[in-house]
Amino acid sequence: MQQLIILAWRNLWRNRRRTLITLASVFMAVVLAIAIRSLQKGAYSNMIGNAVRFSTGYLQVQAKGYWEDKSINNSFTADTSLDQTLQAEPNISLAVPRLESFALASSGLHTKGVAIIGIDPVQENQLNSLEEKVAKGKYFHRGGGQGLLIGDGLANYLRLQLGDTLVLMGQGYHGSTAAAQYPIQGIFHFPLDQLNNSLVYLALPDAQAFFAAPGRLTSVSLMLDDPAAMEATARSLQRALDSTRVVLQWPVMNKSLVQEIQGDNAGGIIMLGILYLVVAFGVFGTILMMTMERKKEFAVMIAIGMHRIKLTAIVMLETVLIGLMGIVAGCVLILPVLLYLYQHPLALTGSTAQIYQEFGLEPIMPVSVDPAIFFYQGITVLAIALVSTLYPLWYINRFRIPEALKQ
Amino acid sequence: MQFSGVTGEWNNSFKTNVMSVIEIQQLTKTYRETLVPVHAVNGIDLKFEKGEFTAIVGPSGCGKTTLLNLMGGIDRPTSGQILVEKVDITQLTASQLVDFRLYNIGFIFQSFNLIPVLTVEENVGFVMELQHRQREEITARIQYLLTAMGIAEKTKLRPKYLSGGQQQRVAVARALAAKPKFILADEPTANLDSKSTNTLLNLMASLNEKEQVTFIFSTHDQRVMDKARRIITLEDGKVISDTSVKHSHAEAQN
Repeated sequence: MQQLIILAWRNLWRNRRRTLITLASVFMAVVLAIAIRSLQKGAYSNMIGNAVRFSTGYLQVQAKGYWEDKSINNSFTADTSLDQTLQAEPNISLAVPRLESFALASSGLHTKGVAIIGIDPVQENQLNSLEEKVAKGKYFHRGGGQGLLIGDGLANYLRLQLGDTLVLMGQGYHGSTAAAQYPIQGIFHFPLDQLNNSLVYLALPDAQAFFAAPGRLTSVSLMLDDPAAMEATARSLQRALDSTRVVLQWPVMNKSLVQEIQGDNAGGIIMLGILYLVVAFGVFGTILMMTMERKKEFAVMIAIGMHRIKLTAIVMLETVLIGLMGIVAGCVLILPVLLYLYQHPLALTGSTAQIYQEFGLEPIMPVSVDPAIFFYQGITVLAIALVSTLYPLWYINRFRIPEALKQ
Repeated sequence: MQFSGVTGEWNNSFKTNVMSVIEIQQLTKTYRETLVPVHAVNGIDLKFEKGEFTAIVGPSGCGKTTLLNLMGGIDRPTSGQILVEKVDITQLTASQLVDFRLYNIGFIFQSFNLIPVLTVEENVGFVMELQHRQREEITARIQYLLTAMGIAEKTKLRPKYLSGGQQQRVAVARALAAKPKFILADEPTANLDSKSTNTLLNLMASLNEKEQVTFIFSTHDQRVMDKARRIITLEDGKVISDTSVKHSHAEAQN
């Protein structure tokens, strides 16, 4: 084996320039493939993170039928048995109760339909750092009898300021009338305009009082220690809950995001496919040339007693060495860049940032440093390099020695 | 009797009782790539004994190289038999033939054909490495052969830093390294000047005597014919003469 490795290694450097060009193509492919995948995965992770933090959580416990008909009548009672069930599930890191419904928000001549979210101030803050988003005024404390928080977009629309009164009108539990006025105790700003324009937060007891639904919730959003175990956790939780409650996973609750990710992912894979094809031809050309120009040398080796399988091994080793060098060099270069971008994501500005916000995304370009990206891209490039040796290997096993010796 | 690819040995221990290393019977090789079939080797019968120093001569295209290729098992005959110590190598599989060559034949080519990425000593030791011999044995054999060839100081050099004559001496050392039963040399002096040719021929003649290895050359070179103790002349794929030559010791040295 040592003999084969020595031969393969030295053969690579017989034509230094050609090997370096091939190495460069593998290197560039690895760098680009990892960068593309890292940006994609980072973006997906950010999109999912935003979605779970600002709306659904990874999992949600709801009353059966609420998802299909989001009426406050489909709310459920938050009892101690639910608390115990959630606490017994080890993967749940945070349970955030909410009572959500819709109402008209009115101030003077201006009216707007808004989503009212009754929250537990402490748990909600743990979920999405809501307190940090309060740009003016103050955040909730535990208990009722408080004011409300509105987004700066909505405040501008309704021409409201801190301390002003907002009138809310809607339908409460089982058809009761919900109407009340609240002082604005805080104005928040999310990176997502959609949220700034349409959300109103109340403390959970105030929301329950407003909708005449004391002790009731529309959902409990759950954050997980290990999101990868989401399905197992959902199954386990569903088994523990009674049949009037269901556990929903975020992909079910956010199908549009799933579709968006799938569509983008498919585009990314096509891009990578083109990249891989270019690399495959680069490596194929080099290995084929290296094989053809050594035809006579190979014939001599076979003549003096080397089995063709060993020649095959040499050519494969040459390919693996080129591939590994390119992959390692690519990973070594891209890793620190990605680690930096992971810590300091690029902030988008101008119209691009606006587009992101309109789509409900934070205007940043996050990256992922998931080791699986490096592993799979490395393996893929190596596999492509090996596949591109198939013809040269076939040739090595077929050529006739007397003809090759005549060269 | 069978040839073992693993050990490189013939399973019967008849070797010491026979004198013929190679026996060729009614050997033909016909190329049918053209409209008119070409009979490169046409019904040849020959025997080669242990320790021979034989030149196969004849005009270009007479079948010398084809005959050597067939004897070396790097080409398949159209018909006939090649018995090496009574084993018909034409019946061996491709893989068995590789092992057969590894353990029985040394090749010397016209254009040296050293492995350019290996040093002189690595080239010489290459076949022994393929045979998985002990490192000490390989080192000692390389040392002995390179000293005998007069190029002991070149061991660490790659072939491109050697002259043609020196490269061919390395090729001879490589062919002899694994102590083969016979050496097939296809026009080994064709690319050498007369001084290098004489040096090389003297070295090969000396090793032929010392190691009792059978040397079979194909050649156009009169100097090789002058050293040969047997000259086989081919024409149109047939043997037209087969002559034993006796040299005085002085002649052989010249």
